[in-house]
Amino acid sequence: MSQWLKGLLTGGLAAAIVALVATGALRSASQPADVPFSRMPDGKPNLNGIWAASNTANWNVETHRARQGPVAALGAAFSVPAGLGVVEGGAIPYKPEALAQRDANAKGWMVNDPEVKCYLPGVPRATYMPYPFQIVQSTEPNDILVTYEFAAASRIVHMGAPQEAPVDAWMGWSNGRWESDTLVVDVTALVDQTWFDRAGNYHSDALHVVERYTPLGPDVIQYEATIEDPKVFTRSWKMSMPLYRRVEKNAQLMEYKCVEFAEEMMYGHLSKQPRR
Amino acid sequence: MRNKALMSTGGLVVVLAMSWAVSVRLDGQQTGAGADKAAKYAVPRTAWGDPDLQGQWNSQTSTPLERPLTGALAGKETITDDEAESLEQDHLARGDAPPAAGDPGTYNSFWFDRGKGLKRTSLILDPPDGRVPAYTPEAQQRLEAERAERATRGPADSYADLPPWTRCITRGWNGIGSNYSSNTQIFQSPGYVVVLQELIHEPRFIPLDGRDGIPSGIPQWLGVSRGHWEGDTLVVETRNFEPRGSFRGSSPALVLTERFTRTSADDIDYRFTMHDPSTYVKDWTVGRPMRRETGKITMFEYACHEGNIAMPGILAGARKQEQQGTR
Repeated sequence: MSQWLKGLLTGGLAAAIVALVATGALRSASQPADVPFSRMPDGKPNLNGIWAASNTANWNVETHRARQGPVAALGAAFSVPAGLGVVEGGAIPYKPEALAQRDANAKGWMVNDPEVKCYLPGVPRATYMPYPFQIVQSTEPNDILVTYEFAAASRIVHMGAPQEAPVDAWMGWSNGRWESDTLVVDVTALVDQTWFDRAGNYHSDALHVVERYTPLGPDVIQYEATIEDPKVFTRSWKMSMPLYRRVEKNAQLMEYKCVEFAEEMMYGHLSKQPRR
Repeated sequence: MRNKALMSTGGLVVVLAMSWAVSVRLDGQQTGAGADKAAKYAVPRTAWGDPDLQGQWNSQTSTPLERPLTGALAGKETITDDEAESLEQDHLARGDAPPAAGDPGTYNSFWFDRGKGLKRTSLILDPPDGRVPAYTPEAQQRLEAERAERATRGPADSYADLPPWTRCITRGWNGIGSNYSSNTQIFQSPGYVVVLQELIHEPRFIPLDGRDGIPSGIPQWLGVSRGHWEGDTLVVETRNFEPRGSFRGSSPALVLTERFTRTSADDIDYRFTMHDPSTYVKDWTVGRPMRRETGKITMFEYACHEGNIAMPGILAGARKQEQQGTR
């Protein structure tokens, strides 16, 4: 290979690396991507598809080390993986008495975590549970569906004029709007019985979540959730994480109708004895 | 709307669900006008050119699946408006009647939304007698074996003895028999239709891209659906049914074909055909019109399992009866 060709290739590679680093460094988390992504006929980013987080936030949204799981017989197959956490600034700003409650929750999570009972997981937890979810987006003013594999939890994101929540719900009430290329979903009317993770992080019925879905390219969405709950936290705080597209051609949500997996734990003691 | 909001909030719904099977229904007539009307109605299109089925729809009707063998609906395909109205009134009155002595009773008519009757006397369009066709000998044997197996246990020895409705696992792919909340919202995106059922917040995913199904041994409660357009009609074929999700004796080999056709701004002509030759001596077809919900808010979160006090109640009640020797 001639010297000039080598020089060209090396130079080109260096330039490409510089360009990648620069775009990565210059782009803040929620800024729209300079990598092209597809758009709907109305010009909005096309968020349709099956998405999943790839982190350990469902174990603990805060940074945590690996530890032994709760069922010794399952050994390494069901122990807790470490994670850097998804809370911006590191720790959740709990009020002192709320922090004590969180710690109590953590101690009894196997009994008290609503996930164990297959209860609807609420927002934002549904997003980063280890199950995919699907966004079904049409053009405005049609509603957007966000539907999760876990427990078939589903939310209708009402587009157009915001509508007042008629009643509290496990998955809350979602009003959506576009801010440039970001889908902003305002979530209110959440019940106080869901948690953020298996580490007992929790909220009250005063929870207000503002989610931001910003495409960073065809297969990545930057997800942010601003958490406001004056009964539990001293100030609002934010979690953020990328969501990745399931790019398999045949990707589809399968059923995880987990009610029947929770019944022995919930109702087994009420079965006729001796058991058949 | 008020009572609906109340119903959505708790375990009450479970008890309501349990009474679905015993309610007596009435009705009216509407002959299948789908195809004719559709020819005249210019079906709106989505921005990418598919027929537009989006919106919230209600399928609630007091018309029974099968034409009753006795009573006012027996022996005829249709009834008049007056007959429908009088049946409706009888129906409401019956819902408000006090329970028999010793029966704790259930909710009165206020708590139910059974819907209006059609002018047809059955949802079954074909066969013309409005009845589910006879079971094949193979199916009779299978169903008899299931009955015999079930008879080895009491009605509520375990949670697993109760039906999936009561357990809040599923209301199935059609929800026929529910006394309330037969609402769906249809969502569309390029290459996809999703039908979200209010009952148990169950979505039915219908890819339109011609992809393969999944292996036949992998069942899903709502089956695995694939769809395509035939003119303005969405045709959905569904397989891979969970055996415990059987509808009217259907086997996991059921191939369900559904057809959704917009016939006006506010109407979808919805039909399905049950093809399960190992179970029925012939295919059968049901028509269940979908009417646009015009209220501002109609779809609620149906958090059934989360408020399911019926399950511990039924099981604890059965244990108590055993203790007292009353069962």
